[in-house]
Amino acid sequence: MEVKYQKSVGLTDTPLTYCPGCGHGIVHKLVAESLVELGLLDKAIAIASVGCSVFSYQFFNCDAQQAPHGRACAEATGIKRVLPNNIVFTYQGDGDLASIGIAETIHAANRGENITVIFINNAIYGMTGGQMAPTSLIGQKTTTSQDGRVQALHGSPIHISEMFATIEGVAYMERVSVYDPKHVIQAKKAIKKAFQYQEEKRGFTMVEVVSSCPVNWGMKPTDAMNWVKTNMIEEFPLGIFKDKGDQNA
Amino acid sequence: MAKILMKGNEAIALAAIKGGVDAFYGYPITPQNEVPEYLSKHLIANGKVFLQAESEVSAINMVYGAAGAGARVMTSSSSPGIALKQEGISYIAAAELPCVIVSVMRGGPGLGGIQPSQADYYQATRGGGNGDYQLICYAPESIQETIDTMKGAFDTADFYRNPVLVLVDGLIGQMMESVDFDRPVKQRILLEKSWATNGTKNHPGSRNIANSLHLDPVKLEEHNIHLQKKYKLIKQNETQVEMIHMDDPDYVIVAYGTMARICRSAISMLNEKGIKVGMIRPITIWPFPEQAFDQIPSTCKGILCCELSMGQMLDDVLIANNGRHKVGFFGRSGGMVPDPEEIVDAIVNFKDKVVK
Ligand SMILES: Cc1ncc(C[n+]2csc(CCOP(=O)(O)OP(=O)(O)O)c2C)c(N)n1
Ligand code: SF4
Repeated sequence: MEVKYQKSVGLTDTPLTYCPGCGHGIVHKLVAESLVELGLLDKAIAIASVGCSVFSYQFFNCDAQQAPHGRACAEATGIKRVLPNNIVFTYQGDGDLASIGIAETIHAANRGENITVIFINNAIYGMTGGQMAPTSLIGQKTTTSQDGRVQALHGSPIHISEMFATIEGVAYMERVSVYDPKHVIQAKKAIKKAFQYQEEKRGFTMVEVVSSCPVNWGMKPTDAMNWVKTNMIEEFPLGIFKDKGDQNA
Repeated sequence: MAKILMKGNEAIALAAIKGGVDAFYGYPITPQNEVPEYLSKHLIANGKVFLQAESEVSAINMVYGAAGAGARVMTSSSSPGIALKQEGISYIAAAELPCVIVSVMRGGPGLGGIQPSQADYYQATRGGGNGDYQLICYAPESIQETIDTMKGAFDTADFYRNPVLVLVDGLIGQMMESVDFDRPVKQRILLEKSWATNGTKNHPGSRNIANSLHLDPVKLEEHNIHLQKKYKLIKQNETQVEMIHMDDPDYVIVAYGTMARICRSAISMLNEKGIKVGMIRPITIWPFPEQAFDQIPSTCKGILCCELSMGQMLDDVLIANNGRHKVGFFGRSGGMVPDPEEIVDAIVNFKDKVVK
């Protein structure tokens, strides 16, 4: 029988721990497929962060390190500087990257560290049970903003892609989403390009994925994907914010 | 190489190079700045890695990454900076990765001051990071001893897959002494780092993972028991102490680092007065040389613990003494360094110094 579809060899056989309808599972698959298709898997080192994806070191079928909360880009820097010919990537949530780890991420980008960051923006702290994230939308109810996020109290959702596009060391910055098949295909293109650029030693690459957390948003998986499409994309428009490859071409 | 005159911090840096350091990650703080300054010049010139991080938090996590990748890696800092590194140190110890951390102590607490101090004994031996972990902790008393320690530190860290902390104070960092870089270091048989996260193409058929997460309590307890076994082995094999004039002393001083040197002068002065004083000088403060206290004769009138702090090693002295002798304490803090005469007075008036 002809095999039409199978699990990527870039993923291990360990069952994923993600909830149904969660974007994490989709993005794992895209990262794994990209590494395999580019022939980079056997020299890749994944950095798992702290959040729902903390076990990603068990899922990506390559070497891995598990970083303290927010420190993934520092750890990746440490590795990449001593192993400049390997592929080093981090996989981080919005609490991990945009809150506690913002300094590590900005400075890694500013140094132009030749690493790839996969940034999952689901507008909430998933693992700890639905607290407000720096990317939570105005009005969004979370367990620590029970009347909704208020700009005067909590500030506005932070725009990582727009911000990082201003940093000289960034070679590639794209914001994608995974709420429907068309966007999943686009997300894969972006992730693949980011790894390709790393292989070509162009500098810091990041792909922000606007994703879902049906469980902590209190929605059915389909409603969550709809909420991404209708509410999140308005706040976090998709697109390429920086592409040094293009400028150089 | 003949003897050369060198500043302590620069000697630490050169000794690290002699010890085989591949990469340094750190953040500026007085009084250790000459360590990264020296390394920035000499590591990069030799194709090695030097990186000034954006913070101590970042620096120690860069160390974590590079250690996991199999490099010989170090950082150096001083009191408030070492405080920031504690989270990373706990992770590195938990993941059983080797690295060398240099701590050049200054006065505290808080921002404190920049003068020499030994107020980070707790920080070094008890740690501020979470969980049951230990660092192999050396507390040399001279630049020469610091060099000898640094040269062997990477081997020791690799041998046990454990962080090594070299603890000196600002005086050792800042002073100059005539030193020899060619003294032999302990030879250890080191295995290939088959566990390094350097890509599966370097170890086909298996994945290497640097990790400290064990959500299953059974697994986590097993991991802790495994760590304790290693720490026991380190206690057995790596405890170092110097015993000075320990034949029938009237009093015994316990001191390490710069304070031990001041006490050496005090002991000579006391001998001239006809008071026989010996010294237990811990060279490793973890593991602490508890057994040295068994050699104190029962006729000894008291043990004086001397520190550039308000009394931290004192806890270990009390534990090791185990109620056998009277224990007194003499300490200065905040960057104040005593003259030997003050120690002489403390021995002469020992009864006023007794704490237990
Ligand atoms: C130093 C530290 N502070 C807090 C935590 C608790 N914690 C675990 S996961 C998490 C938030 C993760 O949220 P996010 O990065 O958005 O990832 P998600 O779970 O949504 O994928 C926090 C605060 C921790 N593990 N370590
Ligand atoms: S809690 Fe949210 S982010 Fe975490 S796995 Fe479940 S759906 Fe995904």
